[in-house]
This record gives sequence, structure tokens and C-alpha cells, in this order.
Amino acid sequence: MPETTTNGHAQSFVGTRTIRPDGVDKVTGRARFGADFNLPGQLIGRVLRSPHPHARIVSIDTSKAEALPGVKAVVTRGDFPDQPSEFIPAGEMMMNYKDVVRNVMAREKALYEGHAVAAVAATSVAIARRALKLIDVKYEVLPHVIDVEEAMRPGAPLLHDDLFTVGVEPKPDKPSNVAKRIEIKQGDLAAGFKAADLVVEREFKTAPVHQGYIEPHAALATVSEDGTTELWCTTQGHYIVRAHCARLLGLDIGKVRVTATEIGGGFGGKTVVYLEPLAIALSKKAKRPVKMVMSREEVFKASGPTSGATVRVKIGVKKDGKFVAGFAELKYQAGAFQGSPVQPGVFCAFAPYDIENVHVVGYDVVSNRPKVAAYRAPGAPISEYAVESVVDEIAKKLDIDPIDLRMQNAAREGTKAAYGPKFGPIGLEETLNAIKKSEHWNAPLRKWQGRGVASGFWFNIGGETCVSLTVNEDGTVSLVAGTPDIGGLRASLAAVAADELGVPYDKVRPIIGDTGSLGFNFLTGGSRSAFSGSMAIVEAAKQIKSELCARACKLWEAKPEQVEFSGGAVRPLGALAEKVKPMTIADFAKVAGKTGGPIGGVGRINAQGAGPSFGTHLVDLEIDPETGRATILRYTVAQDAGRALHPAYVEGQYQGGAVQGIGWALNEEYIYGTDGKLQNAGFLDYRMPVASDVPMIDTVLVEVANPKHPYGVRGVGETPIVPPLGAIANAMEQATGIRFTELPMSPPKVLKALKEKGATKV
Amino acid sequence: MRYEAPNSVEGAVALLAGATGDARVLAGGTDLLVQMRADIVDPVLIVDIKKIPETRAITEERGGWRIGAAVTGAELKEHPKLKKAWPGVIEAANLIGSTQVQGRATMGGNLCNGSPAADSVPALIAAGAVATLAGPKGKRDLPVEDVMLGPRKLALEKGEIVVSFLLPARPLRSSDAYLRFIPRTEMDIAVVGAGVSLTVDGGGIVTAARVGLGAVAARVLLVSEAAQAIVGSRLDEAAQRRLEAAAKAVCRPIDDKRGTVDFRVDVAAVLTRRAALIAYDRARSN
Amino acid sequence: MAKHHIQAHVNGDEVEFLCETEDTLLDVLRDTLHLTGSKEGCASGDCGACSVMLDGRLVCSCLVLGCEVNGGKVETIEGMAEGEELHPLQRKFLEHAALQCGICTPGVLVASKALLERNNNPTETEVRYWLAGNLCRCTGYDKIVSAVMDTAAAMRKG
Repeated sequence: MPETTTNGHAQSFVGTRTIRPDGVDKVTGRARFGADFNLPGQLIGRVLRSPHPHARIVSIDTSKAEALPGVKAVVTRGDFPDQPSEFIPAGEMMMNYKDVVRNVMAREKALYEGHAVAAVAATSVAIARRALKLIDVKYEVLPHVIDVEEAMRPGAPLLHDDLFTVGVEPKPDKPSNVAKRIEIKQGDLAAGFKAADLVVEREFKTAPVHQGYIEPHAALATVSEDGTTELWCTTQGHYIVRAHCARLLGLDIGKVRVTATEIGGGFGGKTVVYLEPLAIALSKKAKRPVKMVMSREEVFKASGPTSGATVRVKIGVKKDGKFVAGFAELKYQAGAFQGSPVQPGVFCAFAPYDIENVHVVGYDVVSNRPKVAAYRAPGAPISEYAVESVVDEIAKKLDIDPIDLRMQNAAREGTKAAYGPKFGPIGLEETLNAIKKSEHWNAPLRKWQGRGVASGFWFNIGGETCVSLTVNEDGTVSLVAGTPDIGGLRASLAAVAADELGVPYDKVRPIIGDTGSLGFNFLTGGSRSAFSGSMAIVEAAKQIKSELCARACKLWEAKPEQVEFSGGAVRPLGALAEKVKPMTIADFAKVAGKTGGPIGGVGRINAQGAGPSFGTHLVDLEIDPETGRATILRYTVAQDAGRALHPAYVEGQYQGGAVQGIGWALNEEYIYGTDGKLQNAGFLDYRMPVASDVPMIDTVLVEVANPKHPYGVRGVGETPIVPPLGAIANAMEQATGIRFTELPMSPPKVLKALKEKGATKV
Repeated sequence: MRYEAPNSVEGAVALLAGATGDARVLAGGTDLLVQMRADIVDPVLIVDIKKIPETRAITEERGGWRIGAAVTGAELKEHPKLKKAWPGVIEAANLIGSTQVQGRATMGGNLCNGSPAADSVPALIAAGAVATLAGPKGKRDLPVEDVMLGPRKLALEKGEIVVSFLLPARPLRSSDAYLRFIPRTEMDIAVVGAGVSLTVDGGGIVTAARVGLGAVAARVLLVSEAAQAIVGSRLDEAAQRRLEAAAKAVCRPIDDKRGTVDFRVDVAAVLTRRAALIAYDRARSN
Repeated sequence: MAKHHIQAHVNGDEVEFLCETEDTLLDVLRDTLHLTGSKEGCASGDCGACSVMLDGRLVCSCLVLGCEVNGGKVETIEGMAEGEELHPLQRKFLEHAALQCGICTPGVLVASKALLERNNNPTETEVRYWLAGNLCRCTGYDKIVSAVMDTAAAMRKG
């Protein structure tokens, strides 16, 4: 628990709006992101990518490229040893090394337009581009399939002839594009529906969307003659990158040192490797550093967006509003290799509600698109959009206030979620109340305006985390964390360390260390970095405090019960206090060498006890009935943070997730031609919200402490993107009288629906 | 790739006429550089026309305005008199892209890029703007609606450049307006663009009108039927319906990633009517 | 063809550099002049992360050729602070937590500075439309807009 203040320092920093320690570099352009790193003598790497969505790679002739002056190395599938099938966790999803090696460099087949087929390293960009044109790849073009339902049909073009659906009985003897079927069950669904007074069933469709980080992937690798490898890359998990690269290239993990550069956004999309193994392989061959950066087009075509999906939801309810049965069937695209977020989608679908009888089925389906990567609460926005839409429809049909309906069925402490765990203290009700009490909820609406509400959930994770705290000779504290800072983490961690040790905030200097500096850290994802990092800091601080107490005892010839650490100092207790004065951390630092050596602590934990974060969003929008264009008028987010270590950065998570949700609901989608090629691989036609598209996003910080964390912290980063899709669809329904079951709700679709309904004069 | 920045029209013409291989004019660069980066074009010669005084000047001429082809949208917006005389043309030019793009983009480039979705072109056509071209055979004038023949197809001959536009003198009680439909509020290519310019008499009756429609056909259209639909009226309900019908009738749009055929036809009618009403209000208060 | 020899003013300093015709000003700033504060997000003028001032105009440096700036004046994010004194916008962005990952921040700051130099009392709508060419994926724009408006108010007070 945080030290209360006496002398030592005058205030607590956790929960205040401190200036982030890395801030000045970020507002002056000094901070170095992935593409800002350079090494003397470096070569430029570029990737040759398949123009076909599905093709057998018959042959690759790189001889002309290798002969071009200025080209120092070329790599293809032959440079990456095959990997046996093995599933490993990747963020909150699972991946298989056999697939990873094939995604990083195509082997037997090109499985999506943009799939890497070869890579070159050359002395200039111009030469690298010319070299790519000289690589002769012979393709046998195959029929392709993109849409998830089409990929599931018998007779659909087959991506992998060794993919047999797991989770169905009897086991299939023919391969298909369905990698697996999963399900969760609770109670007796049939009985539940039988007892229902009203049953609402709907089918929904969502399009694939990209995380949309503004910084493209970038990596810079240098390999020595003895195999020692240094890598700088923009990533959410440099230890994961190290593990993948070591595995794919047969290197000792200890010989690979990865530095996570500042990262320009990830949202889950930078939890996997793309360029890194290529840069290392090229550098090894060329015996020079190799720098690789993706273009924006490559980011869209070759890095994992999230799934497009079909979701069917059926909910049975009593006429007083009690939910008695919930069924959902989810079909998610995985892209070229298995591993869509269908499992978290299944788990989260009904999680905000206490329903006795639940059955959720999910299918993981491959198709000729880039392999999906995690996108902020992966899988949950899709399934919860569908459920929240049906809940809204139920509220209207039963004439029950949509917040009251949710409140009546809300998961609470003690509710057993259909996917297994029993919830501890949670804040869903508090967020519903916060919205109901808000000024927004009661503001009047005009014609063609609509208001929608939706709740959402993400379970959050903990995981392996190391943080070191070192007291420097002048009493300042160096903090080294191992989870890349994607949006203000260093500010939160510094505040926790300052409070734990009782030193001023600006005397704590946090950095993100490279992989050589600390033990293993799982990646920044799962809303875990502040939750786990702060826990590890408490451990590290404990070690320092106990060490300093031991040193004081030696100096003062005292017994352990005669001293205690508080307010930034070791204090003598009782009679001892008349003989000696307290010693601050800075005092100990001055005599560290003489009293036992350098002072520090390392928290090495596998953080447990992550608490789920629930949120409820409220949105007003207005439709132009003659064009179908929606304008977001007002938006409020209420979400449970447990304890907000830094309120401004927690608010920032709420606001950023809400706006990503607005884009997903209204305008973002991957648009494919019938040729299987992506038509909008740029920010012009992949339409993310711009500043003029959205209003201020009001936030309510609910704090229902997570009892399993020393400060009560819950992860907050992912939940914010879960409710917007449902909230906006519900607002659309109120504005137009039409239930939109397909995202995005772009103007042509809206106008068409209005016309069909006879609701517009157009 | 060669880069030249001549300081005279004749110099530019000579360079372009004499080029062997693909030669491109560089004004704002907001289309050319994107196309070069995407490997859509690979010119051997780039001729930067921004050092040619005639392409950068805004001058009054015979009661109208001569605007250089390489004047930027931002500069147009800052010209106080031009905005008052031709608010539609100015607002159209300033819808091209972001603030950053407006700092560079030009009407000459917008027209010569050859996209039927260009924002400034429907407004220029509605205004009755005339482009002055210069080429190896000398100077000639061409109404703007005759410059763009189709996607990336211009009526320019080898070595010809657009030097400037002339916006004609305006009778009293005239004004214009431009509206476009985009799914977001900024940054999108127009799904439909409608420019309307009109004159009213003392009694509020429309005495002259021109309508330009963009992104609904292979070229930007001058829609005389739409103009006829409102001349002689006070833009009452019946006239508005006639206007909408005329706009719909000329649309020959495509289905693409930005809009469907049906959507473009419907919205073309809506925007033409709305732009006409705005121009009408502006004209009456002029 | 030989490279172009260009002389320009960058952040108040006289610079000289060589560049190919197809090198953009952004390429030159980052790779030749080693001013990596301006970022490449898209190379097509759609994200604003490369925003700089060129001869007093806010532009995307990815849409300007290096050889076009001969004799010109370029101002980048690196020139925004005055010595150790941050520009009020930079200070307010930190106070308001108007950045999360920070990749869009240089472009947003350069664009915001250009706005406040033209209009010292912008409305929220004016700020949003001026910044429409600066994509941010982290913040949802709320704190960016607050920081800009707060800076305008502070600068008006003097």
C-alpha cells in the first residue's frame, strides 16, 4: 500500500496528473521510433510480395537480383528452416510456429495478396526496389476465397490440405478451411428458451478492420560473425520478438538482444513478427546492418487486421426483463493461418450478464487474407456488438429502459460467467448508474437523432513481468521496465515507484530496458502493463525497503522491530528515536558503498489476479435522411478502472477506444475486389475518424477496486473498444427506426435502408 | 529523372514538347508525388511551373478574375475579393484534402489530374470558367468543361499546359456554391460533387444558371438541362424537383469503393438542389 | 543524372544538401539532414505525420520534392522550442496528456502552431477542421483539441 506522507516528501503521486517523463522528447521530435534508428553502413531491406491472393509458388529465381550491383543479400523460403507444429501464446491468442514461419516468408503457397515471397538488402532504396523487380517468381494461380461463410462451404478453395477441423465429432477425414470449433455451455439452453416469454434472434455481419496505427512496422538488425544479434524494432513485446526470431533462425536466445524503440501505436497489431526475422536473416547474409520499414500499403496488405465475421445471437427473456437463455454462433475469419480471436469472442459474448442457460459456439476459419493479429480486446467487439444489439431490441419490445434492462441482468460479484470464472467485485452496475445519472442521458433529442447505449467487458491478463528499481548515488531512482510503453505507462510506473519509496516523482527516471536488462517480460497487451508493472514495482520496492531497514539496524545496532520504513525514510521507533535520526533513501545512497554496496530491487512476478473491466457507453448521433450520413453528436464513456494510476492516461484509453469504435461502426472496412485484391490499402480510402468527425468524448472514471492488486488496479486499455459498435448501432436504430445488422453502417447502406423503408423523400 | 523549373511559359512548353518519354507538370504535387510513390507513373522529366509568374498571379481582368493555374487553395481562400465574388469556386478549391494539401494543391493540377471526382472542377464549370492553354502552336482558350475528356484523358496536346483560368465578369445578384458528399467530414475523395452558379433579378427570379456535376460520370458534366430547370423560377418546390430530376438523368456513375450507382444518383440530386439553394440565397443578398 | 545541389533554411540554419529528383522533402529531412522528428505514416499526404512549414505554409513534406525547396524556408518540429523553452503548445500538450504513443504529435504540433499564428481564438470546430489532416489513432482527438484551445486562451492572455 502507498506510503503515507510525513517528511521525505509531501504528496502522493498515484492518481494525480503528472507530466510523463518521456514527454519532452515526444513533443520536440527527439523521441526515436522504429524508423528513426540508423547504423553506419546499414543496408535497406525490401520485401517482394505476392500479387495473387492464392497461388502455388512453383519456383523463385533470385539470380538476377543477386547479380545487381549494390545488392548484398537475398532471402527466400530456403533461408528459414521449417518449423514443427507447436502452439504458443501470442498476446491473448494462440499461434503456431509452423504457421509463423510460413507467414513471415511464404513456403509452398502464397496465401494472400501481400504475402512475403522474398526479401533483399541493398545499398539504397532505389537499388532494393529494382532488385525486387528482378526476382522471377513462377506462380500457379489458384482460386481464392475471402468471405468467412464462403470459406466454410464445402467445395470452397482449400488453403491448407493438412487442416482438419478440431472440435467436431466425428473427426473429419477431409481437410477444410475450418480450423476449429469451440463452445461453452452452461445450464439447459432448450429449457431456457422454452421458459422465455420473448425470443429475439438476429444475424450480424462485420467486415475486417485494421488497427490503424500511424507508425508502420520497422526493424533494424545487425548480426556479428559469431551470431550475436542486435535488433531494434517497433513492437509491443521485444521479449516475444526475441523468442520468435531465435526460434525461426535457430539462434540462442541469449545471443539476441532486442531493443524496443518508442512505438507509434500497436493496439495488438505489433505483437507478432513480420520484418524482424527477415532483417536478421538478411543481415546475417550481408554481414552488414539491415534496416526495413513497411510502407502504408504493406501495412494494410501484409500485417494482420482483425477478423470479419458472421454472428448469430438468440436471447430468450421473461416479460419482466429477466434473461433466461442466451445462444450465439460466431464465425470468424483467421486470415491465411488459423488463430482468429473467436475464443475470446465466445467467452466475452454474454459476459456482462448473469444468464443461467448459455451456449456459445465459435468457428475459426481460414481465408485468403493476411493472418489476423490481435486488435484491442480481440474478438469481443464483434460478439458483444451482436449481443448488445439484441439486448437493445429486447428493451424496445418489452418497453423497458435499456439501462434498467441491463441493470436487472447485470453480472455482479459472485456471478459465474458462462466461460468459467466467478466474478469478484466488478463495476458494471456502477458504470450503468453513471450513465443513467449523466446529463447526457437526459438531454433532449430531435427528429433524425438517436441515442444508444451498450455495455462491454474484457477480462484482462497479468503475466510474466520484471521491473528493476535502482537507487543511484545521488538518491534518484532508476526504474527499468520490460513492457513497451504504448501510451503513458512510464508516467504511471514512476508514480507508483515514487509513492512506494517515498521519493519525489521527478526523482524517478523510468526507461524501457532491452531484453538484456531484465528477465522475461510478456508483451504489452491484454491491458496488463500498468497492472503487472505496478505489482512488480511493489515487489522491487519491498526488497529495497527491507534491505535499507537491515542496513539501518547494522548502523544503529538495532533490532528489526525497532525500525520501520515510512515516508521515504527508515525511521527509528520508540526509545531508539531519541538516539538516532531517520535516514532517507538519499542518505543511504550516499553511503551505499560502505554499507553493503549498490541499492536496488527487482520484482520478478507472474502477475495474477487481473480484474475485468466493464464499461458502458452512451452515444447520440444524427442522420441526414437524404444522404444516410451519420454525425456523432455526443459521446460518454463510463468504465471501471479499479484504481486509476494516472487519470489522464486512463481517460485517454477510454477516448481512443471509443473513437476506434466509431470508425469501425461507421466507415472502416477492408474492401476486396472479386480478384481477391485489397482496393483500399491506404488512409484515403480506409476511412479512420479524423478530428472533425468526432465530438469531445466525455469520460467517467469508475473505481471499484480490484482486491487482488495492491493498488486496486484493473487493466483499462481494451474494454473501451467493445461497447461503441453496439451503442452506435442502437443509436442508429432510434434515429432511423432501422436495425442495422451489418457493419460498417456507411452512408450508401443507410440511405438504401431508409429508401426501402419509405422513410426518406429521396 | 530530370527536374526543371523554368521561369517562363515558353520555357515550360519547350521542355514538355521536346521530352522523349513521360514528362509531367509539377504544380502542387499533391497528385503527382503520390502517383510516383505508388509506381503508377515514372516520368523521365518533371517540369515545375511554380516559377512562372503567370501561373501564380490573381488579377482582375475585364471585370472578371484571372487566376494562375498554380495558385494554391490556401492563397485563393485568403484573397478577400475573390471569395466575395466566387464563394463556390473558393470553397470547392478548399475542400481538396487537408489544410496541408490546400497549402500546395492548385486548380490547374486538380483539373489536369483528370479525375472526374476533382473538387474544384464542377465549381469552375458552373462558373463558366475558361482555361487559357499555352503550347508549341501558341495560346488558346478552352472552356473548362472541354478540358477533361475522361479519366486521366485531357484535351491538351503534347507540350501544352494550362496557364490560367478566367472567371467571367458577374452581373449583380450573382453567386455560386459547391457541395460534395463524402462519408467522413474531411479527407475523402468526393463521391458526388455539385457546383451551381446563378443570377437572380430584383424579384428573386433566376435569370441565368450553370450546373456542374462531378464524380457521376467519366468526366465532370456541364448539366444544361439542370440549369434550364430553374431559370425563370424562384427555386420553388416544383423547380427543385425538376432540378433534381435533371441531375439524376445525366448521371452515369460507377459502383466503386466510394459509392454505389444508386447512391450517387440519389445524392447527386440532393446536392444539386442544396447547392442551388445556397447559391440562390447568396445571390439574393449580393 | 547528377544530384541536385540545394540550399535552404531549415529551422533558422542555412543547410546544403544533395538529393535525387524523386527524393521528397520528408526523405531529405529524415535521411540526409537527420531530422527524424517529422514522421512517415503514409507517404501519400493522408495522415499529416510529416507536417512542416514551407515558406510560411503548412504542408505535408511527403508531398514536396527536396529539389523544390531551393532557396526556401523550412520549419520542422525540431525548431518549435526556443532553446530550452518549450513552445506553449508543447507545454500544454504535456499538461493535458494530449499524446499517447506520440507518433502523430510532431505533425499535430506543427499544424496547431500554424493555426494559432493565423487565428488566436479558434472555435472547437475550427480547430477540428484545421487538424483534419492529422490522423491520430490513440487519443480520439479530445485532449488534443482541449490542449490547443487552452493554449490559445493562454496566449491571448499574454
